[in-house]
Order: sequence, then C-alpha cells, then structure tokens
Amino acid sequence: MAIQRKAVALISGGLDSLLAAKVMLEQGVHVEGINFYTGFCVEGHTHAIRKKDKVKPKRNNALWSAETLGIKLHIIDIIEEYKDVLINPKHGYGANMNPCLDCKIFMVGKAKEWADENGFDFIITGEVIGQRPMSQRKETMPVISAESGAEDRLLRPLCALNLPETLPEREGWVNRDELYGFSGRTRKPQMALAEKFGFDDYAQPAGGCCFLTDKSYSVKLTDLWASRGKRDYEIDDIMLLKVGRHIRPKPHFKLIVAREEGENNFLQGYRKQFITLRTMSHKGPLTLLDGTANDEDLELASKIVARFSQGRDADVVDVEVTENGVNKSFSVQPLKSDEIQEAWRV
Amino acid sequence: MIELDARRLMCPMPVIKTQDIIKTLASGDNVRVTCTDPGVMQDIPAWCRINGHTVVSSEEIDHEFILTIEVGPN
Ligand code: SF4
Repeated sequence: MAIQRKAVALISGGLDSLLAAKVMLEQGVHVEGINFYTGFCVEGHTHAIRKKDKVKPKRNNALWSAETLGIKLHIIDIIEEYKDVLINPKHGYGANMNPCLDCKIFMVGKAKEWADENGFDFIITGEVIGQRPMSQRKETMPVISAESGAEDRLLRPLCALNLPETLPEREGWVNRDELYGFSGRTRKPQMALAEKFGFDDYAQPAGGCCFLTDKSYSVKLTDLWASRGKRDYEIDDIMLLKVGRHIRPKPHFKLIVAREEGENNFLQGYRKQFITLRTMSHKGPLTLLDGTANDEDLELASKIVARFSQGRDADVVDVEVTENGVNKSFSVQPLKSDEIQEAWRV
Repeated sequence: MIELDARRLMCPMPVIKTQDIIKTLASGDNVRVTCTDPGVMQDIPAWCRINGHTVVSSEEIDHEFILTIEVGPN
C-alpha cells in the first residue's frame, strides 16, 4: 500500500485555506493545520474588548476551519519574529502597513521548518493567482516558493493548474487532474467548491486576515513610530492601537480615551504602566496618557478628557491624574468640541 | 494538577500557552488554566476537541475563567 503523505496547511480562518486543505484530504493526504499569530490578527482578542461585541461571541475561524475539516491545528506565536517582517519588509508594503509578500514568505518558511521538524512532506496554502493585489499575483508565486525555502514542496491546490508542477504532483502524491485552476478576484469558483463540499458557515472577513490592511489602524501605527522616533513596538502597543479614541494634542504625548465600558475595563489593566486620567466630578471615560507630560500638558489633557465626560457642558470638571501611584487634581473647563483640533485625532 | 496562569492574555495567546504546556505533559495529566479573556470559553474547548483533549470543567469565578483539561493520547 502506498505511504500516506503528509501536508501541513496554512490555515488563516478564511474560505480559501479551508478549501485547499479539503482538496488535499479528498485525495487521501494526511493534513494538519498551522496558524500563525502575529499580534495583528483579526482573529481572536478584539472581541473580548468592546462590550457590544460580546453579545455575539466571535469564534476563532482558524479553529473553526480545523474542526470543520477534522484536522489538528497548531497555533504558533510569531509575535517577536514578525517584528522584523513588519519593520523591514524587503518587498515593501501594500495599500496600508501590510507587508503581505514578506509576510507570506515568512509564514511559508516557518511552515517549511515545522514540516521538516515533524516529518511532513509538503506545504499547502489557499493562495489563488490574482486574488490579492500584492501577494497573490502570478509573478509573486515563484518568489514565495523560492524565498521561503519551500521551493517545489509548496503546493497551491486552488490554482495549481496555472503553475508549474510541484514535487507532490510529480511524485504522484497528489493527482494534478484533481487540482484547480482558479484565478482572478472573483469568488464564484470558491463559493461553488464550498457548496460542493457542503461548507456553508464559513467566514468572509471583509478586511482580510489582519489589522495591517486597515487604514485607520495603519495610521495609528505610523503615528506611534513617528512620535517615538523609531520603528519598533511591543505587544501592548499593538493591542492599545485597537482600543479607544487616540488623540495627540502634542507631539510628545497621546491620549487613549475609552469609548465604552468594555474599553474602560480593558484600559484598567494598563493603569500601572501609564499616566491615567479620570473625571471625578462627573462620569467619564478612563484615559491613558502615552508619552511624557508636564503640568501644563496634564492640564490640557484634563480639558480634553473632560470634553468626553458627562460634564462636557459644565463650567468646571475635576480630573484626577495618577502617575506611578501619585495623584494630582485638576479643575478645568472642558474644551469646546471645535477646540479639539481635527489634526489631533489619530 | 499543573497550573497555567493565562490572566491578562488575549486570545489566542491563552490557547497557545495551553497548547505549549500540553506538549510537555503525558496522556491523563490534568492542567488548570486561569484566564481573564472570556473568549477562552469558546476557543480552548474548540482547540481541545480538535486535538483530542478533554475539558473536564469550565467555570467563571470573579471575572476569571478557569478550565481544567485532561490531556488526551499522544
Ligand atoms: S493581510 Fe496581514 S497576515 Fe495576511 S498576508 Fe498580509 S500582512 Fe500577512
């Protein structure tokens, strides 16, 4: 009996990777999934922050895909290593701060390492030629194969017929005639294949797989780097970019103002690391101050925070500022809405 | 009973920590994971179902989510 070959499938949680893995399973290949956590993934944590999002708890689509396929899923934390991909992408960025091509090369490379360590024969992805403007083009497919080191052990079951034969096809581990030749931005062939396999509850994320494709998130990240004078970040930084209103009234500090109760609770967890502002005379949001601030800055910050409190129309609002466990109080008149300059909003 | 403190971590980090500790354990061992992200109540059981482990109990106590897992075969 022929040896059952093993493939590791990059599982993002989207439809394409689900289908690619299913096509391999249908051919009798042993498939296990791998999912990389960069810190920017839309999957996962943000639903835990905003209260309104808790009403309908969001599933983790990568886990859902694996469960639907009946395969194991290995989730790998690549937060630290990913920094270099994002900060120095050899192939540049897409429309926003998304270094998709470098990201794909990196992930396929990691999957290749994992495959080697765990005795897997080849790697599969759900890539489709022409599906995404930056990373999924006919010219980028060989670049990913070569620069990741996966070479012809990288098989894309959904568009294989548009590409040269790979090792699994040549060796007869998979039957090329049962692979697909999808191309272009249309989703119709994927939807038809999903129907054939009986998948009907799959995820259709509007903004792709990560926050780096999001314009407003990218603006906040660029602002963070500009204000610090260096392109670097910690996981807390990238989490906080997802939460609250970000207002930078001065180059050396920014305010993160909670927009609702869930964000308020989330920001509570950061009280010890940041200067915090709270309105005492009126109900208001918890605010973190990121950067450095003298008393004049703190007074301006207090006026802004007061603007977002229930005392916005009052003559005076009392604000308590806490830094390293020491409290200071400011009694301020809230800024008028037109005094909060548009340019301050990040 | 092995204890895993995954407080303040947001999903999928508690799942990753659970996965990494389970790799070092033997079939039949128990691990108790304490988390603050409510997402774990969905994600950890899903991960366990996929990978052949059993969630023995899950409860919420004072805004903390505590799951006890029995490690499956392999
Ligand atoms: S959208 Fe994000 S995770 Fe997906 S390839 Fe681009 S940079 Fe990587």
